[in-house]
Amino acid sequence: MAYHFDFAAVLPYSGQLLSGAVHTLGLTAVGASLGVSLGVCGAVSRAWRLKPFNTLFGVYVELIRNTPFLVQLFFIFFGLPALGVKLDEWTAAIIAMVVNLGAYSTEIIRAGIQAVPRGQLEAAASLAMTRRQVFFHIVLRPSLQKVWPALTSQIVIVMLGSSVCSQISAEELTFAANFIQSRNFRAFETYITVAIMYLFLAFGVRWLLNRLGDRFVARRVAK
Amino acid sequence: MNRRHLFRFSAIAALSLAMLGASVAQADVLADVKKAGVLRVAVPQDFPPFGTVGSDMKPKGYDIDMGALIAKDLGVKLELIPVSSANRIPFVTTGKADIVISSLGKNPDREKVIDFSAAYAPFYNGVFGPADVKVAAAADLAGKTIAVTRGSVEDLELSKIAPPTAVIKRFEDNNSTISAYLSGQTQLAATGNVVAASLNELTRLRPLTPKFLIKNSPCYVGVNKGEAALLEKVNESIAKAKKSGALNEIAKKWLHNPLPADL
Repeated sequence: MAYHFDFAAVLPYSGQLLSGAVHTLGLTAVGASLGVSLGVCGAVSRAWRLKPFNTLFGVYVELIRNTPFLVQLFFIFFGLPALGVKLDEWTAAIIAMVVNLGAYSTEIIRAGIQAVPRGQLEAAASLAMTRRQVFFHIVLRPSLQKVWPALTSQIVIVMLGSSVCSQISAEELTFAANFIQSRNFRAFETYITVAIMYLFLAFGVRWLLNRLGDRFVARRVAK
Repeated sequence: MNRRHLFRFSAIAALSLAMLGASVAQADVLADVKKAGVLRVAVPQDFPPFGTVGSDMKPKGYDIDMGALIAKDLGVKLELIPVSSANRIPFVTTGKADIVISSLGKNPDREKVIDFSAAYAPFYNGVFGPADVKVAAAADLAGKTIAVTRGSVEDLELSKIAPPTAVIKRFEDNNSTISAYLSGQTQLAATGNVVAASLNELTRLRPLTPKFLIKNSPCYVGVNKGEAALLEKVNESIAKAKKSGALNEIAKKWLHNPLPADL
């Protein structure tokens, strides 16, 4: 084989790769927490048919789940300035991620809420639990518990999807890869390095979410 | 030697003499042009705004106007020969065209094959922006945002010369770079003057006026080697057009920006 692999060509850019990875994680952290919060609101509205939010979230979910993420991102970054809404690349990226994850998690969490047996709510009522108590302990927690693996996967998908934000000049991990590749022309070495970095990031995020799940949403067994 | 052989011999001799005569005449293209009353110019046909074919199927563009100008100065008619960028130099070296005006840049390889006139058209990468943004040199970019296509000549050069406080936003391709500028996401954009010209033609959303030059590669008229008389005439023509403002008019017409002062 004529090609000589030269990973040393990537080494001088390790600072950029690290900074890219940190930004990718930052985007994911903010995007995931706000996105899941939005998803909880959407799921409750949808599952309990709260008017008018029920219809509103229905339209939103269909709109977002049936259009590409890249188009949503371009619309926010390049399109909205025409209406006078000028957002910098990071704000645009976070909004796009929140809106995207919000739609998917609405449906995921809704499934969890609808899987809560009716008898459980009736039991809570008969124990004279407040609405707040019912919501957090009888509805939200058990439903999140049921859908936690699906939610974890969706968050990892959104993190990997954040690579698209490089297209609006947000300097995250894929941007760093493209940048380095445009300087050292070592596509193989650069992209495999970044692919491995994404792999570890994804494992890390998954592990962290599993731990968070164990700590905050897993079933509490009476001792 | 019988008569047939003699005939064949004299035919060959006559033919070679005629060819010799032709090649001697070739050595002075200017005289030939004047004698024929026609200047044959190799022009681009697929490179706006330098040369395209209009809806009336006639070639039009900066290079065509430049050819017309030179033909007028020589007092001869203009004949346009559409060429591609790959064969534009062979057309001149083989005598199929008298001169080539085809957004031709100068480089050492080409200088071995043909001679170049003075520059007649600007061709450069530069920083462009709205008229009210005051930027005249790389140092003025401090605190400004500039859209640029990642990995392009502009990107590599600007990364070197821009002050550290300048925010260079790098996009995937020229379209995204331009979109970022047109939508107001960046204050300035770095691109080619030809791109800026065609955009100024297509949209008045946010005009691209030249701020400063990053890399210059102006266009020259090419003539065959050893055609000093012709080259002199072409240079006279260009100098005259620069002085009279005629060339500036052509630049404004096709590039939507005046001729740079240093051309």
